[in-house]
Formats: sequence, C-alpha cells, structure tokens
Amino acid sequence: MNILVCIKQVPDMESRFKVNAAGNWYEDTDLAWRMNEYDEYAVEQAVQLKEQVGAAELTVLCIGPERVKETMKKALAMGADKGMHILDPDSHQRDPMTIAAVIADYARQHNFDLIFTGMQSQDRGSAQVGVLVAEMLGIPSLTTLVEFSYADGTISAKRELEGGSRALVSCNTPALVTCQLGLNKPRYPTLPNIMKAKKKELLTAPLADFSTPELQQQTVAVFLPEKRGGGLILEGDPAELADQLLKIIKDKTTVLA
Amino acid sequence: MKILLVGEYRDGKTLGTCAELIEFAARLGGEATMFLVGSKDALPNFSGTLYLADSTGAGEFNPDGHKKLLLEVIAKEQPQLVVFPHSSYGWDLAPRIALALKAAQVSEVVDLTEDTLIVPCCNSKLRRQVKVKTALTVVTLQAGAFTPQDQASATPHVIELPDAEPGTISFNGYEAAAAGGVDLSKAKVIVSAGRGIGKPENLSMIDALAKALNGEYAASRPVVDAEWAEHSRQVGTTGQTVAPKLYIACGISGAIQHLAGMKKSEFVIAINTDKDAPIGEVADVLAVADLKQLVPLLTAKIAGG
Ligand SMILES: Cc1cc2nc3c(=O)[nH]c(=O)nc-3n(C[C@H](O)[C@H](O)[C@H](O)COP(=O)(O)OP(=O)(O)OC[C@H]3O[C@@H](n4cnc5c(N)ncnc54)[C@H](O)[C@@H]3O)c2cc1C
Ligand SMILES: Nc1ncnc2c1ncn2[C@@H]1O[C@H](COP(=O)(O)O)[C@@H](O)[C@H]1O
Repeated sequence: MNILVCIKQVPDMESRFKVNAAGNWYEDTDLAWRMNEYDEYAVEQAVQLKEQVGAAELTVLCIGPERVKETMKKALAMGADKGMHILDPDSHQRDPMTIAAVIADYARQHNFDLIFTGMQSQDRGSAQVGVLVAEMLGIPSLTTLVEFSYADGTISAKRELEGGSRALVSCNTPALVTCQLGLNKPRYPTLPNIMKAKKKELLTAPLADFSTPELQQQTVAVFLPEKRGGGLILEGDPAELADQLLKIIKDKTTVLA
Repeated sequence: MKILLVGEYRDGKTLGTCAELIEFAARLGGEATMFLVGSKDALPNFSGTLYLADSTGAGEFNPDGHKKLLLEVIAKEQPQLVVFPHSSYGWDLAPRIALALKAAQVSEVVDLTEDTLIVPCCNSKLRRQVKVKTALTVVTLQAGAFTPQDQASATPHVIELPDAEPGTISFNGYEAAAAGGVDLSKAKVIVSAGRGIGKPENLSMIDALAKALNGEYAASRPVVDAEWAEHSRQVGTTGQTVAPKLYIACGISGAIQHLAGMKKSEFVIAINTDKDAPIGEVADVLAVADLKQLVPLLTAKIAGG
C-alpha cells in the first residue's frame, strides 16, 4: 500500500506575532516552529495504517522553506518511511489552490492509495487543501474525521459535526481523508526512532519542478485585530492578583452573595 | 451583485447558519438566492428564490450529488459570489465547488471592505485581508461573525430540484454525542481548564476552585481529547454551549470554536501567561499569570472569605 501524508510547519500559536516589513504576513524570525497540530493526527493515523497493513510505504510531504525539514524529521521519527520536501521560500504567499496543485502533481506521479492531510492549518487555516487535492485527482475525500478504520480497500470513518455528533461515512480507496483534533493519540518520537529517522531518505525538489496554476487570491495586508471590549488586564505578583480577583468577583458578580 | 447562498440542513432541521448567510448578503446589498438540500417542511426564513432538493432523494450527506445539483444552479443563476457557512457542511462542499468553477475560495470570512475580504489567522491573533482575482468567488463565513438582526418572517419562492445520484461516498447515519454526564448549561459558575494546565493532575486545582465557587469545572477540547476530562465537560462548537454568571478560563487561548460555546457568559475572567491570548477579546478581566500559582491562591482566598 502506498500512503502519503501532507504536513505543514506552523509557528507556535503562543508566539508574539509581529507583522512583516511587506505588511502581508507575520515576521518569521524569532518564532518557534512546529508541526501543524491537525497534521500530527494525520501522521499518527497514517503510521497506524502502515502498521496495520504491513506491506506499505509511507511518504511525508511538505512544501515550504528550508526550515520545514526539521518538522519533517519529526514525522520520519514518528514512523514515516521517507520525506519529500518541496522547497518554496515563498510558500506563505501561495494560495490554497497552488499548494493543492503542487501536491496533486506529485501524487499523480506516485499513485497513492491513501492520502492523509489535516483538516486545516493553524496559521492560514483555509481548510481547503485536502479537499482540493482529492478533487484534482478525481478521488473521494472524507473530511473532519474523528474515527478512521480501513479494511480491504474500504475506509469507514466518522465525521465530526457541530455539537459533537458524528456522521458515519465510508468510501473506497484510492481516497483522501482530512484529520480532525482528537482522531487518535499522536505518539512522541522515541530517541532510537529519532536516531533512525536521521538515516531515512529526505529528498528536496524545487517548486519549479511542479505545475502551478495562476494565483487566484492575494494577501494584501496582515494586521493585528483591534482590541475589543477593553477588558481589564492585571499583571504582577500572584498573591496580589488573587486579592484583586476576589474583590472583582465580589463587586462585579453575585456568585459569592 | 448576484449572490448564491448555500443553506445547511441536518436531521430534519434547517440550521441557524442560514440566517447568517442572509445577513451577510444584506450587508453586501446584493441580490440573493438560496440553494438547500433540505425539506419543504423546514423552509428557511427567506424571502427570495430557494432552489430546494429534497434530502431523502438527494442524500443528506452526499458531496458528489450536492456538488452536481449546486453546479447546475450556479450555471443557471450566474452568481458572482457563492456563500457557505464555515461548518462541517460548508468546508466540505465549498472547495469542491471552487475547484469545479476555477473560483478562488476565501475561508472563514469575518468582515469585508469594498473590495477585500477579512479572515482571521494564527488563532485569531492576526487578521488577513484578501483580494480575489477570479470572476467568481466562493466564501465560507465564520459562525457568529454575521449575527442576524431580527429578520421578518418570510417564505421563499421554491423551485424544486431533482434527486441526486449516490456518489462515491456512502452516508450511513448519525451517531449522537455521548449522552449523560454533567449539564453545564445550568451551572452559575464554570471554571474551565485548557491545555495550559499542562498535566491531568492539575485538573484537581481547577475543580477545587469550581467547588469553592459552588460551580462546575469544564474544559477546552485538548483536555477532553487527551481524556483528562469527559466529553460532557467540553465547552465549544463541538461541546456544550454555556452562559453562566461567571466563567473563569484557565490556560485557554480563546480559539473561535471555544468562544462560540462561552461568549454569552455574564462575566469572564481569564488566567493566562500570554497577554496577547485571544481570550482577552471576550474577557472582562485577564490576569496575566501562571495558573498553577494563581488558581490555588485564589481558591484559598475564596474559601477564607
Ligand atoms: C471544527 C472544530 C471544532 C472545535 N471544537 C472545539 C470545542 O468545542 N471546544 C474547544 O475548546 N475547542 C474546539 N476546537 C479546537 C480549537 O480550535 C482550539 O484548538 C482549542 O480550543 C484550544 O484549546 P486551549 O485553548 O485549551 O489550548 P491552546 O490553544 O493550546 O492554549 C493554551 C493556552 O494556555 C496558556 N498557558 C500555557 N501555560 C499556562 C500556565 N501555566 N498558566 C496559564 N496559562 C497558560 C497559553 O498561553 C495558551 O493561551 C475545535 C476545532 C475545530 C477545527
Ligand atoms: N505547505 C504545505 N505543505 C504540505 N501540506 C500542506 C501545506 N499546506 C497545507 N497542507 C495540508 O493541507 C491541510 C489543510 O491546510 P489548509 O487548507 O491550509 O487549512 C494541512 O493540514 C496539511 O495537511
């Protein structure tokens, strides 16, 4: 079985973001980078599937600048067999259609039985790339999965709906699935597996090797949202903060009355 | 501008997001028609033309079938804008339509200017302003961003659509969210634990603060996904919606899906080490502190009067 998992590298969301000089993205220096949270579930599910079927090869793909290789190594340490890095220093300015077209172009050359993506990326968060790739390849896609199983060429899964109910869905491979938070328990790479991952193949190809459509949309500006509500911000010594909070609870609410 | 709204129906009901689509169209001042795979017995409160396919014949969840029906309506109506809710239905179907029509899709729109759309990024810490270059644009709207005003009750002019063929995806019914557990909607005080609690053992200090305030503890999604708390304690889009007199969010960043479940709370206190955490947008008070220090201190003070 030939399996692909697509991952994106994103900044830690607890970072303090600044707008870049061009005004069209965040400043990408001084940020801690990690795997898009949704993609950790995708990698874990793909590795579990590989373990289940035995004879399988799992490729991890990521489009982005040089630094994304670090994140790809985590996927390799989690159990992916090899990596395909598509080098694109300007990946943050590509639209979802372009990212999807590049992935689809690569996938067409490799006949994957199953493709895993996250349901959305935490920084851009378009929730489009997975479905677009599947539509470009003409294969079914199941989205927002919180349960996944595979047997004899059929995927049976549960899609999460608002309110926490689920829709039971199934389709045949080849197919693509997009992974929602909580789908599984992503493993932590062990030290021996981190060492082993260093020897795994990690190829790089430039973006120019792939066909890309014309850009359909452009980020014209990125800005910090206006502070709404004007809530009170308290800082300082925790013991004093506790006193202040107690007073606020007494004065502003009736819950201690 | 001609706008096509794609309504949402599930399990016998037309969903409330339809009203948000209508509000969005009204703000744009466009001429709106609606597409819905639903039922004649649950018509949306809409005064325009409604293209309606019956969900029994078109399949309630049938992406290939819905795509085909919708593309036919788009060919007939020739809208410049196709609008979906950013929901499990919308984010599944919208990219299928965008690709088929070579249209740009802009997801999770929260606001607009004359010629750009505004979307959040990086967990709402930033906003992105997007300009589209294609003749047709597909958008999905963030839930709650276009809250409807009181809409006069109206009945649409219905044009019935044919059934749809089953596609490559089979839909085999629904599974309800796990029943039982706590009913958070009745709690007057909720103290909620986020990923910032760091480890499951720390949940007990959240519970202790909740008890000191005669309330219930709740949790954000990662805490539930990690099985540190049961699903009935989850607040948010895919959990419970609560409106207590006091909501204390401990180590919760304030993602939109969490806010959706608690923003009607009367008074919100957030305890977070990150001064910029988006929870600050809805908090009456943000205490910038390590919850592991502040929460036990606060509990002791409350217990001591
Ligand atoms: C379709 C969909 C549905 C979803 N439904 C829900 C839902 O129903 N409910 C829900 O909650 N989420 C839901 N989510 C997930 C949501 O997007 C966020 O990922 C989630 O709410 C984040 O939870 P969190 O704030 O606890 O964690 P994080 O976003 O990781 O935030 C942790 C916070 O803790 C702070 N912190 C860290 N250490 C400390 C410390 N020692 N003291 C104080 N603060 C600290 C950090 O600064 C940070 O702000 C959904 C997502 C999707 C896509
Ligand atoms: N640059 C990228 N490289 C590889 N995969 C990506 C990239 N961007 C997005 N993806 C995949 O597409 C999913 C959805 O992303 P998005 O449409 O940007 O929200 C992500 O969870 C990834 O699995």
